[in-house]
Amino acid sequence: MFKFVLQRLIQSIPSMLGVTIIGFFLVHIVPGGPAQAMLGPKATPLRIEQINREFGLNKPLPVQYIHWLGQLLQGNLGVSYYYNESVWSLIMTNMPRTLSIVGIGIVIAHVVSILLGSIQAYFHDTKFDYVMTALTYFFYSMPYFWLGIIIILVFSINLGWFPSGGLSNPLNPNPGFGSWVAHTTLPVLTLVLGTVAGWGRYMRTSMTEHLVQDYVRTARAKGLKESVVVLKHALRNSVLPLITLLGFALPSLFSGVLLIEVIFNYPGMGLLFWDAANQRDYPIIMGVVVITGFLTILGNLLADLLYGLVDPRIQYN
Amino acid sequence: MIPETLTEAVTEAPILDTQSRSREWQAFRHNPLAVAGVIGLAFLILFSFVGPLIYHGSTTTPHLLATLQPPSAQFPLGTDSLGRDNLARMMVGGQLSLEVGFAAAFMATFIGVVYGLISGMATKWVDVILMRVVDIFIAIPSLFLLLFVDSVFHPSAALLVIVIGSLSWFAMARMVRSEVLTLKRRDYVEAARAVGASNWRIMFRELLPNVMGVVVVNATFQVADAILTVAGLSFLGLGLPPPTPNWGEMLSSSMSYMFQNAWWLIYPPGVAILIVELSVNFIGDALRQAFDPRLRKA
Repeated sequence: MFKFVLQRLIQSIPSMLGVTIIGFFLVHIVPGGPAQAMLGPKATPLRIEQINREFGLNKPLPVQYIHWLGQLLQGNLGVSYYYNESVWSLIMTNMPRTLSIVGIGIVIAHVVSILLGSIQAYFHDTKFDYVMTALTYFFYSMPYFWLGIIIILVFSINLGWFPSGGLSNPLNPNPGFGSWVAHTTLPVLTLVLGTVAGWGRYMRTSMTEHLVQDYVRTARAKGLKESVVVLKHALRNSVLPLITLLGFALPSLFSGVLLIEVIFNYPGMGLLFWDAANQRDYPIIMGVVVITGFLTILGNLLADLLYGLVDPRIQYN
Repeated sequence: MIPETLTEAVTEAPILDTQSRSREWQAFRHNPLAVAGVIGLAFLILFSFVGPLIYHGSTTTPHLLATLQPPSAQFPLGTDSLGRDNLARMMVGGQLSLEVGFAAAFMATFIGVVYGLISGMATKWVDVILMRVVDIFIAIPSLFLLLFVDSVFHPSAALLVIVIGSLSWFAMARMVRSEVLTLKRRDYVEAARAVGASNWRIMFRELLPNVMGVVVVNATFQVADAILTVAGLSFLGLGLPPPTPNWGEMLSSSMSYMFQNAWWLIYPPGVAILIVELSVNFIGDALRQAFDPRLRKA
């Protein structure tokens, strides 16, 4: 097991290097380069020259890249132009918030979609199935940003149950766990509604296929209880493809959470990135792109390991 | 010219293939999902492109005495904060959203198919490298890259098509490649090779028609994605430059009037995007059912 994890980690190094190359390249396609970006549109050529020399930007690109990569490995992602603060520490403050939305969202979405999909498959072509299929189509096609707006309209403005955005009440200097829950519920709800639809539909298809397999018939013929047949035999096998799907879904989840954070003004990595894109704060942009790339690759690795845990046919050696 | 291609078609395409293609078309046409999807999409295309010929509202004239008006006889969908006609803006806004979405999806499909075909046919090492590039780009959430490029270059509609198109073909390439890997061991490919067909000929004359099913289905979903991306970018304020409206931008600016409960500004663009997405997803699912014999009902 340990050997397998190590092996997969080593295999993902080229991809991670690739992500850093893209991150590095991004800042160098900016017209005028990083110096111009740092100094703004009114920079004099002399000053640009000075900055270039100061930051080693006049060296050949490969040399610069190696230097930048060395800094990255030491956890140094540069300094934000706007906040004048280390990008690494900015990301480290914001990342846990984003990851908690994504993490909690994924867990809830999985539980709901597995339940929903299985029930629909078991009672397929009933009224319940049709209504749920229509509903999932509806949410599946609904853009995150509009879903978020409607959720704010309903739960925050009309019902007044939750705050409409932010992470804490500005009048309350020491927000507790309750405040965190209040502010995090609606963003998570948006993410869950947006993802459950697709995963639930996938689960329904998978379960429908498994319920008619020979091994399910054999299990029934053995006289096993129906609950054992469905829950232990069919369900366990039908869940497998969902785990692979999770690995593929990670990038779009991060894109989705970016939109959600902007709508709810939730100070996570997405909002940090959006602000940086508006302020042309390139070190943050580069840092967030690289870190999300890493997270996606690690998430895929995790999905692979999880797959092995639930599928006894896979052995690590 | 026409007789030549006709005979070519008759002699080249196996009879079985044309039969199965028409069967797919039959399956698609008789699928209620497909009918609903085509109707929904046709409605919005008519609304956006033919609508302005019938309803002559101005998208830019501000009616300063009638700002944030709910729907009335004069303004069927109300007015926005500058007193501009919301219905007229909805119609014209649809044009840009649909055009950019379809064009970007077409471009992404084209790149993805060619890249996938090349990767699938190439020697092992070239294939490994080409796919590794795809893996890397897939790992980075595309919205992040798009936002960055947009913030730097402030693209026009045409440039936005190129940017979205060139950043969303990766999944398509991966899919086409895996299809090619299984198809290229088939007898008809061996036969073509034995007759001395070049790699290019095998790619585009033998393999392409056979991956078309996968391509068509996924191109549909690509359209759904691209329209959503355009709307999402505009929503984030980094899509298309004003004054030409588009649905995403209209939705984004409506957010400021949420507390005034300006529902006539919030719902129409959202519903329009929802109808496009629903229609395109319906069409995509109907196509998938048509092309996958396991899903085709007798």
